[in-house]
Amino acid sequence: MRKEDGGAPAKLSTPTQFVYAGIQAIDCDIHNEIPSLQTLFPYMSDFWCDYCRNSGFRGPDANDYPRGSPLTTHPDAIPPWEVDLPHIREWLLDRWNLEYGILNCAYRVQSVHNPDLAAALAQAINDWQIEHWLEPEPRLRASLVIPSQVPELAAKEIERVGEHPGFVQVIMPVRSRTPYGNRFYHPIYEAAVRHHLAVGIHYGGAPGNQPSPTGWPSTYLEEYSGMTQVFQAQVISLVVEGIFNQFPELRIVLIESGFTWLPAVMWRIDKEWRGLRNNTPWLKRLPSDYMREHIRFTLQPIDSPPNPKELLQIIGQLESEEMLMFSTDYPHWQFDTPTDALPPELPRQLAHKILWENARAFYQL
Amino acid sequence: MENTSNLGRTLNSGKEVLKNENAVVDCDIHNSVPPGGLSPYLSKNWKEHHKQFGLRSRIGGYYPRALLNAARRDAWPPSGLPPGADLGFMQKQLLDAWNIEYGVLNPLIAVGEQLNLEYGAALAKAVNEWQIAEWVEPEPRLRASIVIPYEDGELAAEEIHRCGENPGFVQILLIARTRAPLGNRKYWKIYEAAAEYELPIGIHFGGVAGPITGAGWPSYYIEDHGGMPQAFHTQVISYVCEGVFDRFPTLRVALIEGGFAWLPPLIWRLDATWKKLRSEIPKLQRKPSEYIREHFWLSTQPMEEPPKREYFEQLLEQMDMDDKLMFATDYPHWDFDSPHRALPNFLKPELRRKILADNARALYQFEKK
Repeated sequence: MRKEDGGAPAKLSTPTQFVYAGIQAIDCDIHNEIPSLQTLFPYMSDFWCDYCRNSGFRGPDANDYPRGSPLTTHPDAIPPWEVDLPHIREWLLDRWNLEYGILNCAYRVQSVHNPDLAAALAQAINDWQIEHWLEPEPRLRASLVIPSQVPELAAKEIERVGEHPGFVQVIMPVRSRTPYGNRFYHPIYEAAVRHHLAVGIHYGGAPGNQPSPTGWPSTYLEEYSGMTQVFQAQVISLVVEGIFNQFPELRIVLIESGFTWLPAVMWRIDKEWRGLRNNTPWLKRLPSDYMREHIRFTLQPIDSPPNPKELLQIIGQLESEEMLMFSTDYPHWQFDTPTDALPPELPRQLAHKILWENARAFYQL
Repeated sequence: MENTSNLGRTLNSGKEVLKNENAVVDCDIHNSVPPGGLSPYLSKNWKEHHKQFGLRSRIGGYYPRALLNAARRDAWPPSGLPPGADLGFMQKQLLDAWNIEYGVLNPLIAVGEQLNLEYGAALAKAVNEWQIAEWVEPEPRLRASIVIPYEDGELAAEEIHRCGENPGFVQILLIARTRAPLGNRKYWKIYEAAAEYELPIGIHFGGVAGPITGAGWPSYYIEDHGGMPQAFHTQVISYVCEGVFDRFPTLRVALIEGGFAWLPPLIWRLDATWKKLRSEIPKLQRKPSEYIREHFWLSTQPMEEPPKREYFEQLLEQMDMDDKLMFATDYPHWDFDSPHRALPNFLKPELRRKILADNARALYQFEKK
């Protein structure tokens, strides 16, 4: 199924014109996709292998990256399910001069309603990640896949492999059944903090409930572009429901979320808090302070305004140079040429922070 | 229940200060129905239905408001009626006090959310008749929004046809959290009728049709209230991507009580995503941002309040919609914006006039008094 040679050349991973060439970088969003459910069988018990074979289960049906969609695969890249370690080494780690790359496996065990199957799949994925990605390649770090819809089992999985030095975070899809600030999720945060893991919240997911407050949109374009409003709901929930008061060491990163929308959310929620702070007496500071302290964003998709000046305005409005961390979102299509990977107008010092320093500090690499 | 009449104590009456050239158009006033107030407008059968079963919508989404009836403490009329139900008191506390030239009434009575669509249609008719008889006719500064059972396009269009010729109505009222995104074809009969009578669509804060975020149910009112822009996000995207403005090129949509700082990032994101995924909706004729800047108006309240002046100026420049922002008080609700204080004092006088009156005059075709 996978091409042994690592696939066809990908134009987008030749950063010859990359304006910041020479600066070392950390890529905070690289996708390692499970080629098929069978890939996981060697890591699953006979019971679950039989269950999958007999039921015809072919894996979670999140479909948050439709296979043929232009966004899922850059026109010049190989499809995500063919991306393997040699390919990542050659086209990403080496050419982009990456000190580290963070893998985000987007296999949606969170869409599996059977909690034990979800946990078995997560366990298999993590063992597969250790064997095929982390052990052979010291530049890679990975995200622990957890059945976050069952926090007790998710915490167990964190306990099981959380001490492996290759894992730097747990990952959950942004679409959830209940917002992530809810105390229902405390066992996950408790385990993450105990094992010094960040918590990544990634684009996508399919919990079964509607992807917006107004029901189901008709097109993938609407769903993808509208996913920012789900991230907004999660940011608000995490802050106002007091997760950061409960777990002061908790580090959250929003992945493939965009970030230009954040200043507007800060202004709105800070204002709400002035009027409604009796709802949430545990918040001792402005909600935006908690966001700046605890939440980070991967860079792509930047959702750049047409005028580069406006992007710098937005970054200024964040009032923090620590919040953004470089990412390519490889092999998804987020930019056309390496020049677009990082906006060329960024001041060099800030570019350095985004490319390297912020991620290094955040992931404690 | 507090019935304190502290008008003039908590609010400075602006009457002496403002001259006519400083008149204000208020795009969001909530008139409410006193107990039994709709009875004269309902048939005997529906009155009986109302008595026996009352309002039934997709319940389960209630978060206790900041204050009783979500109202300002001083908005309870001395008459004992609920806030927004006493025209005389509203005239004094709002229209006179703030030199309101025109005010647009947006009654929030959940007629469109009713599970029983025919009951929703009967209620809509009653509410609309009540508005004309008890608000617009006695008070020439007020104009009303047509409420409709919007989850059924045909019933909704019927009500628009019934009311559309009456000059007392200046818009058709929808709600932010609908069962499907509003660009969906099931709502197109509404837009067809709106185009026929040249009435703008107003989408107001509120509604419950399912989990109120794309990530399920949050716990607190601050999330319900602060998260409302998320619903507006979805509606803007839906109108553009479903091709509503290609099909109804004269349609104008006012987003009411959603704030507006979230719009520029949404425009950028939608344009960027469309560039990659446009093959999915090949019929769309222009860039999403062009439709948005042309077809949407936004009311200001609750204003986002950036901590620095320059951020607000950047925001206005990024929006590039100086002709589309419209002032609103949200009277009598707790998060009322005052015409004196809500807009930053550094706004250029010309833009301030646009926001306080001219833009709304243009959208709602109000004559300047």
